[in-house]
Amino acid sequence: MAHNIRAEGLEKVYADTKALDGVTLDIEGGKILALVGLNGSGKTTFMRIIAGLEEPTRGSVLVDKGKMQSHELRKVATLIFQRTATFSTSVFDNVAFGLRIRGITKDQIERKVSEELASVGLASFQKRKAKRLSGGEQQRLALARAFAINPDLLLLDEPTANLDPASAIAIENIIRTIREDERRTVVLSTHNLHQARRLADKIAHIHYGRILEVANPDQFFMNPSNEITRKFVSGELQF
Amino acid sequence: MLGTILDAIQQALILILSGDQEVLAVTLRSISTSVLATSLSCIWGLPIAITMGLFSFRGKNLIRSLFNALLGIPTVALGLILYLLFSKSGPLGIFQLLYTPLGISIGQSVLITPILVSFASSAVESTDVEIKDLARTLGASDIQTGSIVIREALWGITLAVIASFNRAFAELGIAMMIGGNIRYVTRVLTTSIALETARGEIAFSIALAIILMAIVFAITGAINLLRKD
Repeated sequence: MAHNIRAEGLEKVYADTKALDGVTLDIEGGKILALVGLNGSGKTTFMRIIAGLEEPTRGSVLVDKGKMQSHELRKVATLIFQRTATFSTSVFDNVAFGLRIRGITKDQIERKVSEELASVGLASFQKRKAKRLSGGEQQRLALARAFAINPDLLLLDEPTANLDPASAIAIENIIRTIREDERRTVVLSTHNLHQARRLADKIAHIHYGRILEVANPDQFFMNPSNEITRKFVSGELQF
Repeated sequence: MLGTILDAIQQALILILSGDQEVLAVTLRSISTSVLATSLSCIWGLPIAITMGLFSFRGKNLIRSLFNALLGIPTVALGLILYLLFSKSGPLGIFQLLYTPLGISIGQSVLITPILVSFASSAVESTDVEIKDLARTLGASDIQTGSIVIREALWGITLAVIASFNRAFAELGIAMMIGGNIRYVTRVLTTSIALETARGEIAFSIALAIILMAIVFAITGAINLLRKD
């Protein structure tokens, strides 16, 4: 089921840094939202809070106008990290992990894992050690592992940042298939503006922990209302 | 000098290959006391190590510093403390542990607990933090996340156990002071080597030293082979 999520006044303060400074952002159910910004702008912190991996210092995350508790979001959301993490097991066991902890039967697990690995082009890799896959293959494995648990909310944190162009295109193609499934909401963080334009229904610009612009791709690129966003889009914005 | 050593090694090999009963008994006693010591330290050391590795709590750094400081405790000093505790007039004298293999095992387990705790907790702590996040983001509960982290750290924990066993197996001070090096009762490889060297029985000492090192290397080698999947 597609959930509408609202981040309201999110603040996150680390020892001496304010990573998020009052972020308010609506994430529309069944759509792909791209969160763009420079490195260190707060994208990952935002994603981790939405995923329930971190608590905000201030502010809240409302799911379906408060009908669902934000901590329950963790049960229906999953985050794919920029630096791919894999368990030290086989490719099969990596994908099966989320299913096993949900108590799904062995037959169903075998069927689902095979299905998901095939969908990301890793059908013949089932018995391989996950750690021995290439960066692109590990990222595809991460997607298969996420798809296996059928999340309502998929959070992709710079999923192609460390990949070669061919692997990045393969990942983008997989993300495109998600668009066809309107039950799934996607938040994609990226510093690649072209990727955001290719994939997103809506783009949000985050800059030093603040949301400066939220618009559909055409408006975002052709006629941004914020001056910093305009500079960011035109490549004039420096660190 | 070199000729003497080579002769001694030759004699030692003959002694080993002939299956000398005393050498065999001392070797088995060494293994059994060290295995028991390692098992005992695992019983209390691993829960401490895993708790320290998985959780942050007040006083954790103090506990870690304590265990790190105890890593270098001289075995003779620890042996003396345990001797006083185990002796008839000591607080644990009632258990009659002095000059028994069980007494040696308990002493060795105390000695190796800091090694086990320090190494195993480091192994758990150094497990990629993203593994923890990955498990959680796939919907794992705190207990399930903890067990996946332990599984990921299993190799490091195994090495900690092996290092602890090797330390117990090769130590002399506690075996000598608690065991008393009594023939057929508490004599182990290290105490035998010390005794035979003092008596000038170099060949016998070298035979025992070869066995001691061979066992340590064999265990470490076997574990490394196992890791190659």
